[in-house]
Order: sequence, then structure tokens, then C-alpha cells
Amino acid sequence: MNELDELYKQVILDHNKSPRNFGILNVYTHHAEGHNPLCGDEIDLTVQVENNVIKEVKFEGAGCAISKASASIMTTLIKGKTIEEAKILVDEFREIVTRDPDDEIDTLNLGKLAVFCGVREFPARVKCASLAWHTLNNALDSAENKVKIEKK
Amino acid sequence: MDKLIFEITEQKKFDINLIRKDFPILFRSVHGKPLVYFDNAATTQKPQSVIDTLKNFYTHLNSNIHRGVHYLSDAATSEYECARKIVQNYINAKSTEEIIYTRGTTESINLVASSYGRKFLNAGDEILVSYMEHHANIIPWQQLCEERGCILKVIPIEDNGELMLSELDNLLTSKTKLVSLVHISNSLGTINPIKKIIDKVHSVGSKILIDAAQSIQHFPIDVQALDCDFLAFSGHKIYGPTGIGVLYGKKEMLDSMPPYQTGGDMIRTVSFEKTTFNDLPWKFEAGTPNIAGAIGLGVAVRYIQTLGLEQIAKQENSLLNYATESLKQFSEIQIIGTSTNKASVVSFVIDNIHPHDVGTLLDRDGIAIRTGHHCTQPVMRRFGVPATSRVSFAFYNTKEEIDVFTNSLKKVLMMFR
Repeated sequence: MNELDELYKQVILDHNKSPRNFGILNVYTHHAEGHNPLCGDEIDLTVQVENNVIKEVKFEGAGCAISKASASIMTTLIKGKTIEEAKILVDEFREIVTRDPDDEIDTLNLGKLAVFCGVREFPARVKCASLAWHTLNNALDSAENKVKIEKK
Repeated sequence: MDKLIFEITEQKKFDINLIRKDFPILFRSVHGKPLVYFDNAATTQKPQSVIDTLKNFYTHLNSNIHRGVHYLSDAATSEYECARKIVQNYINAKSTEEIIYTRGTTESINLVASSYGRKFLNAGDEILVSYMEHHANIIPWQQLCEERGCILKVIPIEDNGELMLSELDNLLTSKTKLVSLVHISNSLGTINPIKKIIDKVHSVGSKILIDAAQSIQHFPIDVQALDCDFLAFSGHKIYGPTGIGVLYGKKEMLDSMPPYQTGGDMIRTVSFEKTTFNDLPWKFEAGTPNIAGAIGLGVAVRYIQTLGLEQIAKQENSLLNYATESLKQFSEIQIIGTSTNKASVVSFVIDNIHPHDVGTLLDRDGIAIRTGHHCTQPVMRRFGVPATSRVSFAFYNTKEEIDVFTNSLKKVLMMFR
């Protein structure tokens, strides 16, 4: 197991055990639910946006370690970001997890997103890691509150 | 004439090392580890004889069947029909007219729903399935109910994964027109007492289809002794190729049913005014079928006949017991489906570890298991779990492989501790 694998393992297990920003916001401006019917993973995401900046975000749901850790890490990354910045992160995330595993990725420039490079090693699990990010995208796009969106 | 299907000369002695040599894939590695294949309920591996048959068909015998007078077409037809005869004997059907080739269990069930269902089922009629059905034995009936106004009823299951037979008596009424029931549950491993149920179903005048996808490879099945009206199974779960399956139907049932699909091979005469249909079984086999697949299925059945179902059952039972005992040593593991009457399928959940994480980590050790809902979401809901991990054994698996699996599982538990 190389160092990246090891890091990946540690980070995923840590966030799985103690997920950050877990729960539901009492007050929120954006909301979406995500569901991966293949494995039954579910996520409920609430976001509080003020002056175009993500002030608060929480997620709740049941799922595998990869989906849970991905959601947890995502919440820590987007807090304090503008909607546009968060959307750029969503795109970068997608780019990372879908790139060919043999491609060299310069992890230095990726910051905290680097941990998701490891997901490429498990093609069958990319959907698990992506669930929270798809749901975030839907939440940010939702004009109305409490829009129920089912995502494959 | 060229023969692809071999004759059985003698029963093979059950020597596990020799038997494993018949399955070339068992000698490959995955992620640098020897493959441990425990996903046999999803699909079984293929013996060399089946692999060779496919290659030899396309190399030496490829041509279309039931057409033309040339040598190759004749030889291919003869092998295709020889395989049908083998299947007929294997399940003790009265004649080859009762053996319809399909793409698999799913298509076999769809054929009955579409042809028999549309002709004979009417508004208010009841169709009965069970909670442990594969989605393929739920959705065709749901669709039919929507179209014809029939009512779908469901036999519940006990906490140990057995059918609630006491409820069956309440559910079976004069309104019941068709029961479609799985013989062995793919997610729980439960073996249902189908003979008893078939007799009960007939006593209220209903017909019954048996989904034998998970049983045909484990037990001798005698459709005449069972007296089921239909029986469906897939070739790929009985060591044959994918894309070929069988629907058995009693001749009088099949005779009364309209064609399922129309086109070539299923006709007698065609004019723009009127078409007359071919005899059974070809009435239900429209278009050029999976010829190589059918012949491969014949060879697969011959292969297991040379081993003998008794020896197969003995080996698989011992693997089931060993795996069950091995899993019981972990307090954090719960087995889902604990009937005393089970096939070699063990579904389990682990406290606080999602099955997909288990599956991914075992895969890194070369161990192939199934994780998810196994196309049986009602069963998952019944037991209050989103998914399970499932190991399913074939006769070529060994206790040593179960030890490799158990050790890998220990590492998973350690990692999440």
C-alpha cells in the first residue's frame, strides 16, 4: 500500500467514525436529498447561504464509509465559500474521481481534495463518493427550499 | 456428424483438486492474490468443456438452425436439439415440446406473464408471490396487474427467513389464479417446501410457476413429480453460458398460450392475410436463438451429471456449515436468513460497517463476494437493512478458501474498530 492509499484510508476511516457537520440545520436556505439506489446510500443536505456565502452546512444520512466520509469532508471544504467557489469545487471533485487511475495527478495543487484521488483506485465506488457532491450541486441549484431530488 | 456435446461414460470421482482444474478462471489472481470466487449465486464459473464448446461451435459448426439443407445447418440443429433433450431429461419433463429456450429466468417469467397472463388473467384475479422474490419475479406481475386489473398478494416471511406458511392458507383462495414462487431465495438461502405448496395451490385451482434460478444447480428437480405448471431457470447459474435459459411448461398450458414474440422460426406459414404458428417448443422461439449458448447449456448439464448432484450437494452443504460456523465466531456479525433448510448462500451484516466497504476491502484480497440488495429490496426492508454482504458457494470452493475469507474479514473488523 503506497502512502496515498494509507492517507486515504486514515482520512476516510476518521471521517466515517466522527463525521463533521452531521445533522440537519434548523434554519437553511438550500436543501436536497440524494439517494444511490444501487447500495441504498442516502443523504439529506441542508445549507444556509447568506450574501452568496455558505455560512452553515450539515448532512445526515446512512451509507458506506466512502459516501459518509466524502460528505463530511465536503462540508468542511465548502463552509465559508461563495456558491460559485463551491461549484468550482464540485467540478474539480468530479474531474479527480473520474480521471484514469494511471494518470499522474499533482496532488500538491489539490489541497484537501487530494484525498479523493484514492477513490479512483476503486472504480466501483466512485458513485458512493460522488453522492454528497451531486446532492450539493442540486441543493445549490434549488431555488425553493425543501426540493426533493433523487439522484442516481 | 460433428458432435459438440459429449456422452457420459462414467461418473467422476469427487476429487476437489481435479475438479478445480476443470475451471480455468479459478487459477487467475485478482489484485495480486489468488481469486476466491464466492459470488456463485450471481453467476457460476464455466468448466473448460463449456468454454471449448462455444469456441468449437463458432470455429467448426457455425450456421443457422432449422434453415437450409446444408451440412452445417443440419449439424448445428442436431446439437441445438440434443441440448434440449438433455435439459428435458435433467428435469424429467415429459417431452422436449415442454422445454422452451429463453435468454434466462427473467425472460422465462416475462414470457409467462405476457402470454399466459394476458390471455387468462382478468380484473379481480389474484396473483400470489412471496416477500423473498427476486425483482424479476415481482415486476412482470406488477405490470400485468396494472394492465389487467389483477391484484398482487404477497406471502410474508418469518424472522428466520422462512415463508410464513400459515399465512399461505389465508392468501390462497378461489380468486388466486397464479402463484409465482422462488424455490431458493438468492438473498437468504432459504429452500422453500415447494412440493407441499404446489399441492396446496392446485387445491384451489390456481396455476404455479417455480423460479428455479437458484436451485437447478443444487438439487435434482423432477417437474413431473413436483407437478408445477411452469419452471424457469438460467443457463449461466448452472455452469453454462450467459444469455440462455429455459422455461418449462406443461404441454397443455403451452398449447393454450399465444406466442410471446413473433418473427422467424416460430411460424408455419405466413401470408399477409394470416399466419399459422409452429409447433411447440418453437412457437415460443422467435428469431435466431442463442445457438451456441443452448449447446453450451447442454454441455454444462452433462458436466454436472458426470459429477452427480448428490456429490455436489454434499460438498456445498459442508461449505455452508463451515462458513456459517466461521461467521458465528464474530459477535459483531449477524447472519440474515437462518433457516435450517438452506442452500449454500450466507447473507450477513456487520455492526457499523456498510456491506460495500466490506466488499471493496475483501476484493483487495482477491475475494469476490456480492454486496447490495441482491435485487430483493423487499427482503432488505423486511429485515431492516439497506444491504447485506453475501457469500455463495459452488462445489469447486474449498474450506481453505473460507479460511482466507474469514482472515480477510478479521482485517476489515480490525480496521473499523
